[in-house]
Amino acid sequence: MNLDEYKYKDLIHRCFRCGYCKFPTHWDDVTNCPSYARFRMESYSNGGRLWLIYAWLTGEIPWSEHLTQILYTCTSCKSCVEKCPLSFNEDIVNMTVAAKAAMVEMGRLPNLVKKFFQNVQLYGNPYGIDAQKRSDWMNGMPVESYGGQEYLYYVGCEGAYDTRAQKAARATAQLLIDGGVSFGVLGNEELCDGNEVDMMGEEALLENLATRNIQQFSDLGVKNIITLSPHAYNVFKNKYPEFGGHFNVYHSTQIFADLVKAGRLSLPDKSGARITFHDPCFLGRWNDEYTAPRKVIKAVKGADFIEMDRSKKGALCCGGGGGNFYTDFLGGSEESPARIRVREARDAKADILAVACPNCLTMLEDAAKAEGLDDQLKVMDIAEIFCQV
Amino acid sequence: MSSILNALMDIVGEDYASDRYEELFTYSKDLGTSEPQWPEYVVAPKRVEEVQKIVYLANKEKVAIVPLGGGLTLAGLALPLKGGIIIDMKRMDQIIEVNEQARYIVVEGGISHGAITAYLHKQHPHLMHSEPGAPPAATVAGNIAIHGQGDLAHPYGFNTDMINGLEVVLPTGEIARFGSCAVGSGWYTMHPLPDLGFFLGWNGTTGIITKVSLRLFPYKKIREMDVFSVIDEELVPEILYELSHLGLSEDLITTSAAIPPMMNRIHNTSIIIAGDYEEEIEFKRHMIFDVTLAKYIHSGVGGIGAVSMERARPTISKSADWKKGGGFEYVGSIMPVSSYPECYRRGAEISEKHDIPYTVLGRVIGCCHAMMFSWFYAFNRADPETVRHAREALHETDEMVMEINGTIWKPAVFGQKLMMDRMDRTTLQLMKKVKDLLDPNGIMNPGNWEVK
Repeated sequence: MNLDEYKYKDLIHRCFRCGYCKFPTHWDDVTNCPSYARFRMESYSNGGRLWLIYAWLTGEIPWSEHLTQILYTCTSCKSCVEKCPLSFNEDIVNMTVAAKAAMVEMGRLPNLVKKFFQNVQLYGNPYGIDAQKRSDWMNGMPVESYGGQEYLYYVGCEGAYDTRAQKAARATAQLLIDGGVSFGVLGNEELCDGNEVDMMGEEALLENLATRNIQQFSDLGVKNIITLSPHAYNVFKNKYPEFGGHFNVYHSTQIFADLVKAGRLSLPDKSGARITFHDPCFLGRWNDEYTAPRKVIKAVKGADFIEMDRSKKGALCCGGGGGNFYTDFLGGSEESPARIRVREARDAKADILAVACPNCLTMLEDAAKAEGLDDQLKVMDIAEIFCQV
Repeated sequence: MSSILNALMDIVGEDYASDRYEELFTYSKDLGTSEPQWPEYVVAPKRVEEVQKIVYLANKEKVAIVPLGGGLTLAGLALPLKGGIIIDMKRMDQIIEVNEQARYIVVEGGISHGAITAYLHKQHPHLMHSEPGAPPAATVAGNIAIHGQGDLAHPYGFNTDMINGLEVVLPTGEIARFGSCAVGSGWYTMHPLPDLGFFLGWNGTTGIITKVSLRLFPYKKIREMDVFSVIDEELVPEILYELSHLGLSEDLITTSAAIPPMMNRIHNTSIIIAGDYEEEIEFKRHMIFDVTLAKYIHSGVGGIGAVSMERARPTISKSADWKKGGGFEYVGSIMPVSSYPECYRRGAEISEKHDIPYTVLGRVIGCCHAMMFSWFYAFNRADPETVRHAREALHETDEMVMEINGTIWKPAVFGQKLMMDRMDRTTLQLMKKVKDLLDPNGIMNPGNWEVK
């Protein structure tokens, strides 16, 4: 790879490294870039990364394992985009993704990243678990296979395999049933959506996954998709059209908001609870959906809804994006973004930290345990606040 | 792994010390035209005790240390000219105390100005501090180490004139406090103790500033920017003088730039006014435009460029990106306000010579006691020829500043030499004695303000 082949060759050197990209909406702190928050060295800030990428592409510095690790600590949370004052700000996160793609092309990647890709290729999920176990999450539930219902409920890898996220997947399915939504699932035929693969720069694997998913969805006549994960929501909505896949895509909270409005859900009573909400990056910053999850939470009876200091466009990422929920390059420290985030929820005096993403759910619940907050702060998917299955 | 890296990791933890190529590369460069200067280690302490241990280690190993804040001086002042350890201070970012009644805030030196502004807006909405004319990532200690200025410069002067107390780790590792905090009675004044002003403006060559008490000022509910424009640069000094006599503005800044064309050869003075009531704002507008500046308007030599514009926080200006190359640097100088016309003309000539659209700015400091005048030179980081032009333009501007009896603000090493060559010999030797006394091993940011 050299600079001439790099997609952003005419832009990447224009980063001044002025530091705006580190800030949240209200300038509260310089730690809104999750990898910079974790390591606090300039090399891990977005500006530092872009300068390193440019130096690598121009031959000023050599490839190294540490360089790849710095790149793969980027969660693609897009916080940097929000505050960058320059005209090309929309592309600054894509510049890192494109550099990851260049490293993929060279085949020189951190082992955990390689393993992630291999697992997705071999098993259809990053965990390397048998595809025949993909439908285990719905054991005992009256969930139908997809066969022409109004919606396909796409669960995704985390919801299907991660034992904690499975509970969110089940609660979501139950709420859809309770709300009278016509839906079906793919069960063991479901395949990784490819959002993380995309953010990690494996373009060929993304194309493979997207093509296979689109084929399957089309063969089944799928027109409308409900996703558990904002990551799947993002890739289906924004990337699949590039591969010919045009579907009406909804995040589960958007459907719940409609159900609440229509009076089709029974509202839970959580008298005295103080609920805050952690915006998932791929619902918020990537897709500008801040309203639907809040509408659903605010429908909970007897509870106070409170915002954390950093919210909506300025929300701190949980640190799980870009495959980091698997590689854990940002873990192992009090300054891991997820641990910072649960401390913020504690500081807001919340007793329920509501999430709308299975990635965030597992990251933040683990963080609450690590912080010793699990007794006082419940991390719950929004669907779980309504029903637990 | 080297013994120094091991020792640094023991002090701050494994994650916050590095000698890896990627970190060294990143810290070898700043945003300006300076050539890369490579450190051997980078370390990011969290507590003052850690800073102290790093300094003890550096003395023991006779290795240079360079404290770094936001890294935004552009002039290479926190590049390790003689290698050694970069101490990235930004983890020391805590707000320690706000005293509403005495209007001060005590912070750790590595906190960003943006974070202080955000905190005050939220917790103390009727108080403000002087945020420098720099990106919000600029740190408090970094800014005072270079005698920065910013909001409220017109009524209150340099940011270093707005300090109530300091804590400094000396080059030999001891921790010293200055101001009323030194006698344990709070952080409310630097006076009336004997002046030991060895740290402000020294570019981190005499110690590492770890705590600062900053003066706070009333934050008015309404704030706006009005603009008055003239073509004749000779009118700018008297206009600024008259506006400063009126004394109703928080800031007075005159700018002129080749691009956009509506700015070209026109001198726009931004007048920042604030008040708690609309009547107050109306009165100030009336006194400024209908009374003080009326004669220029009536005689046709000046006009109102804008009224009631939002006062935006500092950002990367379009002029910084003229070359679409992620690079710009400027020479700042402290000048009499009367020098504005010559500064502008000479700067425009230098810019033209180097094919850089000119951008100049003059900010009134104090009651027209001085002006910070700056000349901006954009370059394309990917085009060495434009970098060379910008560097030459900067050097020519430094020389021009000396020629017209200015003093270069936060000079790079080139400008420092020009200043020291002209400096009173006794003063110069005193600087050397102070430095030798405080830093016997010569480890603190060597190469900066270095008296031979």
